[in-house]
Amino acid sequence: MSSDTCSDTHGGLLIFKPSPDLPPPLVAVGIIAWLKKNLFSSKINSLLTIAGVLFLWKTIPPLASWAIIDATWTLSPNPDTINPGTTEKTGACWAFIFVKFRVLMFGLYPEQFLWRPILAFAIFVLVCAITIFRILQTRLLIVLWFLLPFPLFFLINGGMGLETVEQSLWGGLMLSIGLAAIGIIMSIPLGILLALGRRSKMVVVKSLCIGMIESIRGVPLITILFMASVMLPIFLPQGMDINNLLRVQIGIIFFSSAYIAEVVRGGLQAIPQGQIEAASSMGLKSWMVTYLVVLPQALRHVIPSLIGRCVALFKDTSLVIIVGLLDFLGMIKASAQDPEWLGYDAEAYIFCALIYWIICFSMSQYGKSIERRNQW
Amino acid sequence: MKPSAFSISKPLITTLVLQAAVIGIIFYAAHGLLVNTQANLEARNIASGFGFLSLESGMPISNSLFPYSAADSYGYAFLIGVINTLYVAFIGIVMATILGIFIGVARVSGNWLISKLAEIYVEILRNIPLLLLLFFTYSIALAALPIPKKSLAPFQGFFFNNRGIYLPRPIPESGFSMVCIGFILGIAAAFFIQWYGARLHRNTGRIIPCFSLGLVAMVAFPSIAWWVTNGPLSWEFAVLKGFNFKGGLVIRPEFSALMTGLILYTAAFIGENVRSGIQSVNIGQINSSKALGLTPGLTMRKVILPQALRVIIPATTNDYTSLVKNSSLAVAIGYPDMVSIGGTIIGQNDQAIEIIAMWMAVYMTINLIISLIMNWLNARVQLIGR
Repeated sequence: MSSDTCSDTHGGLLIFKPSPDLPPPLVAVGIIAWLKKNLFSSKINSLLTIAGVLFLWKTIPPLASWAIIDATWTLSPNPDTINPGTTEKTGACWAFIFVKFRVLMFGLYPEQFLWRPILAFAIFVLVCAITIFRILQTRLLIVLWFLLPFPLFFLINGGMGLETVEQSLWGGLMLSIGLAAIGIIMSIPLGILLALGRRSKMVVVKSLCIGMIESIRGVPLITILFMASVMLPIFLPQGMDINNLLRVQIGIIFFSSAYIAEVVRGGLQAIPQGQIEAASSMGLKSWMVTYLVVLPQALRHVIPSLIGRCVALFKDTSLVIIVGLLDFLGMIKASAQDPEWLGYDAEAYIFCALIYWIICFSMSQYGKSIERRNQW
Repeated sequence: MKPSAFSISKPLITTLVLQAAVIGIIFYAAHGLLVNTQANLEARNIASGFGFLSLESGMPISNSLFPYSAADSYGYAFLIGVINTLYVAFIGIVMATILGIFIGVARVSGNWLISKLAEIYVEILRNIPLLLLLFFTYSIALAALPIPKKSLAPFQGFFFNNRGIYLPRPIPESGFSMVCIGFILGIAAAFFIQWYGARLHRNTGRIIPCFSLGLVAMVAFPSIAWWVTNGPLSWEFAVLKGFNFKGGLVIRPEFSALMTGLILYTAAFIGENVRSGIQSVNIGQINSSKALGLTPGLTMRKVILPQALRVIIPATTNDYTSLVKNSSLAVAIGYPDMVSIGGTIIGQNDQAIEIIAMWMAVYMTINLIISLIMNWLNARVQLIGR
């Protein structure tokens, strides 16, 4: 600045005339600057960039040609000439997924009743959309979600006019979503009760809740599922028999409620003591303090973590394959081992990963959007 | 608000009655359960108690760190499973931590490409079920590798095929204990150098290159012992006999698939912890350490890391315990961990209650130990209020 400033030299007044700015050097703006700043800022960074580009160069083109360019999308019209599995294949065979699509989605559900799970799925998607676009008030939304399982169960299971479909025929993505959704819906109230119990001043209740939460959190889900599937029948009175699906669902609900209890406890601890004291000094009874003052605030704090638990539980339902239920992953594995379609493991697993990824990623993005909205 | 000692207030009576009721319900339920269980066990002819542990198991175990045969007892078979679980958990924790640190550092790297690649890795791995990943790695370990006759042999004595990875097995000869002692001495010397260097720095301000000196000591001591005892180690190579390899050190495909899946999956979570830990350090801290003339390495070690660890350690403790619990998924791909072996035992003698109790006890003990260690570490890095 000082170099540009002109000064009075021979008595005459020189007026400061700023010359127009020179354009910034080419290396300081635009794409070159961006490259230099973000990819080649130092020797090590340049090396890393080159390594990264090489890695992409080595992986992306072969993958793309396998998955898209050389892939088979439709079944050959003449199955005798090209038998699946016998031809030399260079690309992926997505026709395999199309053939197996019904089994992957609905398991062995009878074909003539297929409209029922499809309708149930449509209702489920509608309720999800209502939730995401916040069409209803929060209280109504909660009621809606708690009522939702009943019509959907009626649709899929049948009864009352509809023909009953045996539960051993349920499977596929339908079963995964069902187990996860009912698991979450049932375990939230249970988890809240456990969390409140853990903070209770009554020693017996408190120790009972702590014992339950910690013993469930201390063991893997598989052992809980084994317990539900193998041990529960031993505990029940003779003659009382519940089917494997319901037993597994009970196991999942217990498992999930222990984790949700810990999430809710975090929210409860975030409520300042002053809120509780203020509410009690207004003359509210202690259950009213909890129900009207503490819980609404605590739950609002923990909604993002609760959605995180939803994602985790949805991923965890894939373990039911170990106790003999054929959920989405189970159907994927069964299809990959179908003797008529051997050798398509990669296609099956990649399709499975894609579906899980889309569902889980959208859920976690929804959680993040709520988190952003809650900040003010 | 304190109730006086002699008058029992109304709320107190309420809580007492409530708690008594809860105890009553618990006892009633427990009694009912006990009666049901006994009736059911008798009806199904299932024995109870832990007597079965000393019976002969008759089951084969494919991956065992210790000698085991089908003639050994159920108790020993279960112990093999526990050891396998511990082994998987230990290697998994160490490797996932190393990979996770790389991922986390890559995510905050100034290099756009590297940070994007790390982000894609994390977002993919965190949003698919671990079991799917395990199936995938297992099918690669089985299907993508060739049969034993066409094994890949990248180095002399190393073979990759679908029966496993074959490495040369080291066989210690006489005098090898000297090398071990040399190694221990080297580590002790490195610790001594560290301690001495720290003291010297404190007292005189002089800095000696402790790290390099320690490294030299750790290499030098065992090397001298090696040289003196004439290299007391020979290698047993795997050789192809018939359809399979014999000898050598074998890493079975179940184990490599389980380890790969567990490590890749957990590293994504640990990477996120590391990222949030590093980003939680105030940028002013880094700027001022630069202004003070600290080198990037020193800034990392003395300024960023101690503060980032406060955020990283509690979150990572959870990930370690879930890694231990997730190792139970070994049952799905046939690696004989504790759950897998226990499941087989349940299948043979139906004593589910005992086995599940043993599972719970072992998992809880492992997780308790991890929590204790990590809480101790956490206490060490916490801010000390002065």
